Amino acid sequence: MLLLREIRPALSLIILFTMLTGVLLPAGFTAAMQLAMPYQANGSLITRQGQIIGSALIGQNFKSRIYFEPRPSALMGTDAKGNAVATPYDARESGASNLAPTSAALLVSVKQRIAAYLKAYGPGPVPADAVTASGSGLDPDISAANARRQAPAIAAARHLPAANVLALVSHMTHGSLFGIIGTPHVNVLQLNLALDALPAS
Amino acid sequence: MTIDGLLYIALVFTLVLGAAFPLGHYLAAIFEGRVQFLRKAESAFYRFSGIDPAREMRWQNYAATLILLSFIHFLLLYAILRLQFFLPLNPQHIAGMSPRLAFNTAASFTTNTNWQAYVPEAQISNGAQVFGLTVHMFISAAAGIACAAAVMRAFCAGGLTSLGNFYVDLTRVTFYLLIPVSLIAAILLVAAGVPQSFGPFITAHTINAGLQTIAIGPVALQEAIKEFGTNGGGFFNANSAHPFENPNALTNLFENWLDLVIGFALPIAFGIMLRDKPQGRALMAAMAIILATACIGTYAAEQAGNPLHIAAGVSAHDGNYEGKEVRFGIPASATFNVSATGTSTGAVDSFTDSYTPLGGAIPLFLMQIGEVTPGGVGSGFYTIIIFALLAVFVAGLMVGRTPEYLGKKIQSREIKLAMLGVLVLTLFILGGAGFSLVTKSGLASLANAGPHGLSEMLYAWSSATENNGSAMAGLSADTPLLDYGLGAAMLFGRFAFMIPVLAIAGGLAAKPKLASSAGSFPTTGPLFIGLLIGVIIILGGLQFLPADTLGPLAEHYLLAAGKTF
Repeated sequence: MLLLREIRPALSLIILFTMLTGVLLPAGFTAAMQLAMPYQANGSLITRQGQIIGSALIGQNFKSRIYFEPRPSALMGTDAKGNAVATPYDARESGASNLAPTSAALLVSVKQRIAAYLKAYGPGPVPADAVTASGSGLDPDISAANARRQAPAIAAARHLPAANVLALVSHMTHGSLFGIIGTPHVNVLQLNLALDALPAS
Repeated sequence: MTIDGLLYIALVFTLVLGAAFPLGHYLAAIFEGRVQFLRKAESAFYRFSGIDPAREMRWQNYAATLILLSFIHFLLLYAILRLQFFLPLNPQHIAGMSPRLAFNTAASFTTNTNWQAYVPEAQISNGAQVFGLTVHMFISAAAGIACAAAVMRAFCAGGLTSLGNFYVDLTRVTFYLLIPVSLIAAILLVAAGVPQSFGPFITAHTINAGLQTIAIGPVALQEAIKEFGTNGGGFFNANSAHPFENPNALTNLFENWLDLVIGFALPIAFGIMLRDKPQGRALMAAMAIILATACIGTYAAEQAGNPLHIAAGVSAHDGNYEGKEVRFGIPASATFNVSATGTSTGAVDSFTDSYTPLGGAIPLFLMQIGEVTPGGVGSGFYTIIIFALLAVFVAGLMVGRTPEYLGKKIQSREIKLAMLGVLVLTLFILGGAGFSLVTKSGLASLANAGPHGLSEMLYAWSSATENNGSAMAGLSADTPLLDYGLGAAMLFGRFAFMIPVLAIAGGLAAKPKLASSAGSFPTTGPLFIGLLIGVIIILGGLQFLPADTLGPLAEHYLLAAGKTF
């Protein structure tokens, strides 16, 4: 019976806190952020000629010899018949491969990716990020080492001097802060947009 | 390992421990009712709810009101999840959850676990995220901190009948701690690129890959309380690996800080309330030493990389990048995941299923030792108090004296209740994982074969029972067995542990507070800190190492031998 008397305070507090932290706070905060920082609050979207071409924060599935290639993405979806199909960089979802370090399937994929990487960009070291799937499946970045490895082949496909593309990569590289926070990396979408804007010679 | 990586870990600890001291003072002021800048709103809440803020509660009342409020809130969330299709703010027209998934999710968010058996982008509406999940992130965190405050009071004086007022503690913690800090944190996160929008998904016309649909929502505010309240439930499936939840290395550091800071501030607050600061610092030191060792261990394992992949031609110095994001790098990814399992957050910025065996074993073990490094907000504190009681009990046995902790005699009732709490957790972790692995349904849930499959199941039951919420996420968790089983594990792990803790606190509060004498075992200084760490590690090791040996340890040696599954 003692507990019955506690129903009113407990229920009332829940209602009040739902109004406060579930309605007022999100509504007021969202309105304020939409006013103060609309670019960030709406997903850091990049537009060209009035059309949204992507988010600066979300990777895209570039598959062309004239563009830098993003990391493998492990995202899976279903096709019209309900079969599982790879849907790399489909940002309706997000996630990783979740394959174990002892996974035979993972080892096969890594070996295939290494072979493809060496074929596309010539002999040399294979950066780990180039042949492993990211955590989000939407990783917007590649390591600076990976970008430098790709640069000569992309320069050749675009009939540009390799030095120009390498210079662009250096220019677009985000270093790590104080040498310890983060890793040197390049945003692939922004790099490829800058590449398109590069003068022909 | 490189010096840069170790410096990063040192930086995280400097920022967290540095902030824990002032925050601890502030927390003590909240618990003692000295923070009052929102007194009018506070009083309005009490008046509307018919609460007498001056009322003092015995431990039974404190526990009963906490559980009743949690239960009502659980029912509300269950209803919201079932009915989300009909509720506002559902731009993607997402259907209501199935009964079993709604049960699992409601249990998960009521207990501060934030285990996610659902796929957020596809199975939960914006409305259910804000009316349901976000509110629970505030309230379940506040309830845990309130419970810690009640336990602190038990040691502050002798002959106490009351542990405080649960409603008042809950309200004050939410008003003065969780809401203001989360708001400031959310503003910083938006500035760094975390979205806060109620609009529909975005369609982008990409320059090389056709159309891309991008999920978006009111992420920033939920992200802030997700870390600060050690909740961990991601707005997106990829959690803090998603660029919209965690856009760069600085936000990653900031989220890591938010995740740890209350946990380390609580023992400081305890020392202040006791008027004996070294006591709080000793508990904090034990937490920090275990966590720092764990961070370095996982970092070393991940930086060493996967030997099979290195043999296949991957650069040997890069480390294990499967399931990790480039912008964070190896040391920050390892530190984030270790921090989130040393607390009860369970957020991830990289995927533990793909960690090296030893890199993944450390987060697993941090959960199994009871989440005390520094643990969930509130729960980490009251759990380490239980370990402190066991430590002085062990010391007492060695020298043949009645053990005391902070002037309170520790007797048979306290030790029995403490062990009851500990054994409930063990039962669910080992019993649950063991049972699941002899059922067809449990085996079908595993994503990976070999010893890693055992690790996945052990990880799931450890995570649910300890109210962590992180997963070896390959596991298919939305099955009848795991929805109901893990849901029950979360509820028992939270409340069947909290009740004995409050019972111990109630009993100790009533005892006289003895002055310390030359014969008292000192509970500050390296000897006690070492003993406490020893008790935590040995108790956890005795219970879980046999099972862990068959999972991650076996996998480690098989990986070294080049075996795949």
